[in-house]
Amino acid sequence: MAGIGSACLFAGLLTAVYAAGASVYGARAGNGAFVISGRRAIYCLAALMLGATAVLQSAFLRSDFSYALVAEGSSTDTPTFYKVTAMWATQDGSLLLWALLLSLFSSAVLFLTRRSLRGIAPYATAVLAVVAGFFLLLMVGWENPFGTLANPPAEGSGLNPLLRHPAMMIHPPMLYTGYVGFSIPFAFAVGALITRNTGADWIRATRRFALVAWTFLGTGIMLGALWSYTELGWGGYWAWDPVENASLMPWLVGTAFLHSIMVQEKRGMLKIWNVCLIIATFVLALLGTFLVRSGILDSIHAFGASTIGVQFLVFIALVVIGSTVLVISRLPHLRSEARLDSLLSREAFFLLNNLVLVGLCLVVFWGTFFPLISEAVTGTEASVGPPWFNRLTTPLALVLVLLMAIGPVVSWRRMSPAGLVRAFKWPVLGALLTLLVALALTPAGERPLALLMACFAALVLVVVGQEFWRGASARRTISGDPWPRALSRLVARNRRRYGGYIAHAGIVVLFLGVAGSSAFLQQRDLRLSPGDTFSSGGYHITYEKATATLGEDRAGSGAPITFGAVLRARDENGKTFTLRPSRNFYPTQDASKGAIGRFFEGEATSEVDVRWGLRRDLWTAIRPDISALADPIREANAKFGNSSGDVQALVIAALAERYRRNPPPATFRAIVSPLVSWIWIGGGIVLLGALIAAWPSPEARLRRVRSLYSARLGRDLRAEPS
Amino acid sequence: MEYALALIVLLCLVGLVVLHPLLGEAPRSSADEGAREELEAAKEAKYREIRDAELDVQMGKLSKEDHRSIDRELRAEAIEILERLDRLDGTAPDS
Amino acid sequence: MDPSRKRRLRLVVALGAALILAGALVYTSFSGSTEASTPSEVVASAEPGRSYELTGKVARQSVAREHDRLRFVIRDRDGTGSVPVSYEGVVPDPFREGREVIVSGEMKNGTFVAERDSLVTKCPSKFTKEQTASRGT
Repeated sequence: MAGIGSACLFAGLLTAVYAAGASVYGARAGNGAFVISGRRAIYCLAALMLGATAVLQSAFLRSDFSYALVAEGSSTDTPTFYKVTAMWATQDGSLLLWALLLSLFSSAVLFLTRRSLRGIAPYATAVLAVVAGFFLLLMVGWENPFGTLANPPAEGSGLNPLLRHPAMMIHPPMLYTGYVGFSIPFAFAVGALITRNTGADWIRATRRFALVAWTFLGTGIMLGALWSYTELGWGGYWAWDPVENASLMPWLVGTAFLHSIMVQEKRGMLKIWNVCLIIATFVLALLGTFLVRSGILDSIHAFGASTIGVQFLVFIALVVIGSTVLVISRLPHLRSEARLDSLLSREAFFLLNNLVLVGLCLVVFWGTFFPLISEAVTGTEASVGPPWFNRLTTPLALVLVLLMAIGPVVSWRRMSPAGLVRAFKWPVLGALLTLLVALALTPAGERPLALLMACFAALVLVVVGQEFWRGASARRTISGDPWPRALSRLVARNRRRYGGYIAHAGIVVLFLGVAGSSAFLQQRDLRLSPGDTFSSGGYHITYEKATATLGEDRAGSGAPITFGAVLRARDENGKTFTLRPSRNFYPTQDASKGAIGRFFEGEATSEVDVRWGLRRDLWTAIRPDISALADPIREANAKFGNSSGDVQALVIAALAERYRRNPPPATFRAIVSPLVSWIWIGGGIVLLGALIAAWPSPEARLRRVRSLYSARLGRDLRAEPS
Repeated sequence: MEYALALIVLLCLVGLVVLHPLLGEAPRSSADEGAREELEAAKEAKYREIRDAELDVQMGKLSKEDHRSIDRELRAEAIEILERLDRLDGTAPDS
Repeated sequence: MDPSRKRRLRLVVALGAALILAGALVYTSFSGSTEASTPSEVVASAEPGRSYELTGKVARQSVAREHDRLRFVIRDRDGTGSVPVSYEGVVPDPFREGREVIVSGEMKNGTFVAERDSLVTKCPSKFTKEQTASRGT
């Protein structure tokens, strides 16, 4: 079966090459048949990738350890969900995922544009085929997911326990959907440049793909942050780690792109900017994929020196050089159709927003690659940490929120200052009120930046509310609808605008959560024995007792041994609740640790327990001290090393019970983060806004279908009578 | 062996699908249909702009005079697109 | 002011803002960065009071926990130099001997005293050849 999978890959590579060649030939020779042939080749590519994925997934589900990938990443006792998702936990498998998603998305966009964009589509097909071909070449040449083992092991290594979390498993496909999604507008931009059709056609055709890509990428980033908060033992959600930054950069430029294409659609401006922006987004997406797979930056994720780092770098360089040459050669066709009339116009604010977003991306880029930059400049490798990132991104984020408040209010082309003042009456009042409330009721005064963020956030939220209110009122004066109906019809008829406003509200809520949790975090690290108490952030916490259980892993990740604690917390109002942080111990296959010892010496993960709250979270983690068990384990290794599995299980149970009865002091970390839940809530609101904005409008579809029928009627009537 | 066999079968299948359009049949849709789809998309975009401007003036973001001039421009552009669509259908009104 | 002059003025302002940002970027990063070093480098040429980012592998049999403090020895990736490390703070889950770590801190009397919570352990290679090799051969 592995042979079929490999054959799918090689056939896919040949098909991609043909797709590119046929499309370009068809476009240049004016031969529509070849263009159609090229498009069909992409459909075939998608089918081949589906076939290859099916072969690989079936191997995982069958626990067929003759496949090297299955032996590495799965085991017979891995839960089914993690067997399915283990495919993209490996480098080879994730390359296949990229190729699969790319071919599926390409097929979708080519099917949807099969009758239009006659000039651009063939070149876009070729670009997409080349990118797919690159990933296929990587797999065929270097990292074949269908590699087989001559001596299949009896048991696989199992999925790394740290990855056994639902968010972590959905995170790569979401990110990749984002990266792949941005390839579509990129390919069409290249096609538009080649054919000199630099109007808004390529934008209109690929706008939804860009929005969907942005949404998936953003959600993927959120899931990564959520995983970090709930799964890792440090209690934070963002560390400015190179791999985190690698996914953030294309998202930032992608956000800029989503805004600036509106300017090109409306006024025919910013053509060069848009083209450069989508090229940058795509290159950053490739870079993001590459950073995780190379060894060039020290990061928690860097999987050692990779065998495909150089190839990625070469491909990225080719894309950058080729795109730059293309843009420069088409500069005359990228002139603006209009000029910026006034700074008090939506075009100007979109441009400002773009500049801030690109500025943010530059900051992240500089900080991420600083080790390489400093090495090149000064000869010594140096790095910058989270404090530097926070210091530089915070002011930019504040400006961004301020722009979010003003942008929606300003009209296109020009707005009168009087109109602006009138529109800002309520928002400014809201911001002042927030300022007073925050100063009076919260410690926000101690952190001016957080306070400023709260005021700006209030501005944005009142502006958004005002937009909804005024829009619905306007509808009511015309149609006389009741409020709910007016609101729903308003949103339904102006999905892009109001979806965007909701997304703005979500982002601002998210930033508020970030500001609150980072500025007013209270963290305590202590060693406690049962009976000890401590207080932090308004809570009074008691370590009641230790726990030790076997095979009852709460997270469902299949851990045999779990040591933990029962903590009792009481807040200022006297309300009490229980927290049970624990630590899962997974066995290692390393026989040198001893038959019993290997259960304690393998990977261990922190299972945090969080009390979620709207006002604040209480996050707790434990690191039990099992060094006291070292001697008993050594004895057990000697005595029961060759005993049956049942006997060994009893021994382990006895050892666990020993810990539970008499636990040595364990290290605890307790973090009280105000407003941190609003980060996740804000993310959800952004998702809702994006969905509304992306939803196709049924009236437009109806009109399009009707006009197609009328055209067909016209053709039939003009045709020769039979 | 399994690999070679699978490769041949797959390439044959792909070849069948992909070479079919090249075997003489003229593409069913004409260049006109391509232009039509693009014009339809441009028409939708223009309608949306007209509606956006209407909403803006209703909400007070745009002054009445500004809206008048912008609306006039946009409607003229929309009519131009409609005319081009009609010409495509060969149903242009007698001038 | 006629439109083209206004536009030029805006361009100048925008470029000025960009230059300021770039300047802030370059200045703060070069002045606030931590130098990356290997154990042998830091043993040979560390300046006291200056913070470094140490990268290397945790030496086998060198991990010891005393109450809140973690002590271990970092070796160079190619195994030549090593330096003892004293660390306080959260210990990442993947931390164990043989793994690659990054930790920031300063040299004090022959021991690398680490900054609190600055320990980062690289996730074990997705290829996990180390596990496959050590099992059953």
